Amino acid sequence: MGIKRRDFLRLAGLSTLIGLAGKTSFKWLAPGQVEASIKEAPLTAGTKWGMVVDMTKMDEHVMDKCIQACHRTHNVPKIENPKHEIKWIWKEAYEHTFPGQHHDYAAEEYEHRDFLLLCNHCTNPPCCRVCPTKATWKREQDGIVMMDQHRCIGCRFCMAACPYGVRSFNWGDPRKADETLNPDFPTNPEYPTRAVGVVEKCNFCAERLAKGQYPACVEAANEIKKGALTFGDLDAPDSEVRELLHEHYTIIRKPELGTGPNIYYIV
Amino acid sequence: MYDGWKILVGLIIGVVLLAYPFWPDTEKWAAKTPEPELTAKAQEAKVCVEPKSYIKTEHMKLLDQWRDSVVREGIRQYESSTGKIYDISLQNTCMECHSNKSKFCDQCHDYAGVDPFCWECHIEPEESM
Repeated sequence: MGIKRRDFLRLAGLSTLIGLAGKTSFKWLAPGQVEASIKEAPLTAGTKWGMVVDMTKMDEHVMDKCIQACHRTHNVPKIENPKHEIKWIWKEAYEHTFPGQHHDYAAEEYEHRDFLLLCNHCTNPPCCRVCPTKATWKREQDGIVMMDQHRCIGCRFCMAACPYGVRSFNWGDPRKADETLNPDFPTNPEYPTRAVGVVEKCNFCAERLAKGQYPACVEAANEIKKGALTFGDLDAPDSEVRELLHEHYTIIRKPELGTGPNIYYIV
Repeated sequence: MYDGWKILVGLIIGVVLLAYPFWPDTEKWAAKTPEPELTAKAQEAKVCVEPKSYIKTEHMKLLDQWRDSVVREGIRQYESSTGKIYDISLQNTCMECHSNKSKFCDQCHDYAGVDPFCWECHIEPEESM
């Protein structure tokens, strides 16, 4: 006599349950899980990193400190020739930062001041679309537009594609940069330099975030002027950045291009 | 056979030339295989991230996996076969123990005729000569 339908279903259901329970318990009890949970520290849990630059709190001094902190952290050499210079974060005049916003009667306060610029870590980054080797790509887990220097072939398509000019090309070996300008280069022995012939840009301090530290510029800015730079998760409705965006009128660079920049400016 | 001795001499030279790589003594003439030198710190630690035999033959593959893991996948910790967790970093983890790059990396790489481009970007520790 064969098995009854009711008994078969009961057996099938029961074995599925046992199977599932076994699998989950194995997952929980598997070795290495505790150590792996280090990755879930708060600053590594964001799903869409963004930054708010509060220009009402920013001044030349704070901006210079941010630039210095970033460039020293990432071994970015000073190069005098503007055609060859490398910059991850830098200052730019209002009309270059927000072209199209400029008009004849713009308030002097903004007209003649510098803004702090860095990679926008766009939601829809054109640089990643043109990269032939996927050396630059948008990280799915947290939205950082990353660079893989091992893969970059130096074609500079990304530089042509980026409407914000955030990418720099290494025309020379950064370690051979002018020693009088870079007396203690490389400034951070824990971070690599780049080689000749690759493109580089801001990485939103991915290596610091992994350790639960804020980006170097944010840390430097807040040491001098609290709230000048705010970094946080744009996907989290109760994050500091979202609160700032909710409370203030903010502008982004070249919104008409549809790249979806994630650096916001309070003016 | 005309000029038989010439052919014979030629044959002998040919056989000698062909056979000389297989002579047992040639090892003595060839450059000695360099042994990687361990720093005091590396000797004290006793183990690398994986067993020595694995590291010896597979370190280049491991480093390749490491770089993809960190840069592309954002996974910055490595669980070794013994279950220990290491920070993945050539510059900071490997070179912390093996701070003698010239004696640990370079002499073997030179011997084997390979020229990895790690150090174009990654900063090597300063060695006291």
